[in-house]
Amino acid sequence: MNYIIDAVYFLTAAIFIIGLKQMSSPVTAHRGIVWAGIAMVVASLATFGAPEISLEVSSINLQLMLVAIVAGSTVAYISAKRVAMTDMPQMIAMYNGMGGGAAAAIAAVELVKLSAGGESHGLTIQILAVLGAVIGAISFSGSAVAFAKLQGLMKKTLRLPLHQIMNIALFVAVCVFGYLVATSHTVSFDHVIIFFVLAIVLGVMLTLPIGGADMPVVISLFNALTGLAVAFEGFVLNNAAMIIAGTVVGSSGTLLTQLMAKAMNRPISNVLFSSFGSDSGVAAEEDIEGSMKEIQANDAAIMMAYGQKVIIVPGYGMAVAQAQHKLKEMGDLLEARGVDVKYAIHPVAGRMPGHMNVLLAEAGVDYDNILDLEEVNPEFPTADVALVIGANDVVNPVARTNPDSPIYGMPILDADKAQNVIVIKRGKGSGFSGIENHLFYADNTRMLYGDGKKAVGELIAGIKLLS
Amino acid sequence: MIEGLPALYIFMLSAFTGYEVISRVPVILHTPLMSGSNFVHGIVLVGAMIVMGSAEGPLQLTIGFIAVAMAAGNAVGGYVATVRMLEMFQHSPKKGAQ
Repeated sequence: MNYIIDAVYFLTAAIFIIGLKQMSSPVTAHRGIVWAGIAMVVASLATFGAPEISLEVSSINLQLMLVAIVAGSTVAYISAKRVAMTDMPQMIAMYNGMGGGAAAAIAAVELVKLSAGGESHGLTIQILAVLGAVIGAISFSGSAVAFAKLQGLMKKTLRLPLHQIMNIALFVAVCVFGYLVATSHTVSFDHVIIFFVLAIVLGVMLTLPIGGADMPVVISLFNALTGLAVAFEGFVLNNAAMIIAGTVVGSSGTLLTQLMAKAMNRPISNVLFSSFGSDSGVAAEEDIEGSMKEIQANDAAIMMAYGQKVIIVPGYGMAVAQAQHKLKEMGDLLEARGVDVKYAIHPVAGRMPGHMNVLLAEAGVDYDNILDLEEVNPEFPTADVALVIGANDVVNPVARTNPDSPIYGMPILDADKAQNVIVIKRGKGSGFSGIENHLFYADNTRMLYGDGKKAVGELIAGIKLLS
Repeated sequence: MIEGLPALYIFMLSAFTGYEVISRVPVILHTPLMSGSNFVHGIVLVGAMIVMGSAEGPLQLTIGFIAVAMAAGNAVGGYVATVRMLEMFQHSPKKGAQ
């Protein structure tokens, strides 16, 4: 029986890897996740046969376990089905946090067993359990904070006085108690409790000051951390599927995090340990030449309808306004008039890399027309109109021009190089980072104020009038 | 028992595998892939079940219960979210080169 279960775990790990590989191409991606899903179900079912689990139905452990599985699955299923596509990032943060919490809880049970006089499986195992516990706990509470921020339940950035010093003190304290728990033969129950509380608080403290613009990177990082925590607990439980799947997620997640951080031109350390707007020098206003010039929807519609090429630059504002379907409708109308319509996606537009792609795909935009930064930037100078909808920092030319700006050096979409720029924006405020956007003041820029969906609706009406 | 050097080998080779699998992924799939890998670490459910199965006493059982419930949430939520995202890509099948 045990051989069969081990074989199932082995195959599960293999299928996960194949599934992830398939997920890296749009053609096979769906197949990949379905395979991985089947493997997960089979592995879970096989686990009921594991020697640690009593199959007697009268066992309270088994009964409660079924309740836990049903409860957790149901809540997650309903929430994942119901949530709007725009809110997906925070849901991923939440599910990820649950995984991290589960890994930490596994370690907690093992350590509580030790404190109750259970037999130790050796120093290495104890150290791995503690490492997995720290990482899992940080991922758990950090993801919870990320969820609260993206869901709008919490202020975007929060810095306590002496935040950095408190973090260092917390980190040291976690290390001390982790060391005590990991290396003692008779683990103190109180130490275990203090250790977990400290680790959870550390996760909160690390995530509190991080601004919403950096959230994609942070969620991806926590995703990788959860993978690592799962792998460590896999060593503790001697479970090959957990070790391999966890490590694969840990390393692929780290690479994904690096790719994202690189796209923002900020090292990960920078994302974690300094936050936008924290040093007051940033807030100092520089002089901006020109003024914001308003345009009416009908005029904007005429500009686009009689152009040769229109490049649409969506950002988080489009997601908030749920304007993707209207945008697609407008794009179709323009294309019917012979206008070349392209969509330009910045790697970190939205709250997650690829967030905009998912939304545009939802609306049915052909992904041949969706271009990324390198592809689209040479096209801006030949575009008649760049329509910026709900994007801000990713089209801010100060990233090219002003070395003092916090976003200096970040690759941006060169929307300012188009003949005309139309910016759809809710109000006159600055972007997520709080940096003034010089594009809005440029001579060739016109502002179209209003809710994204409504504004695009007006544009559509304007274009229809012309035909 | 997986321990000692073999454990280290498994760890190292898995790490390289993860790196390799992701290294040539188009930007448009970053979010679904992150969501997909989020689902994959839902395998923690297996560990949570094992731990809960051998839990003794109310405290261990309670923590085990939390572990299983959260792990199941990770797995199911991660799966549904990923499938929903990937289904959107099926609406726009790749056209021939223009």
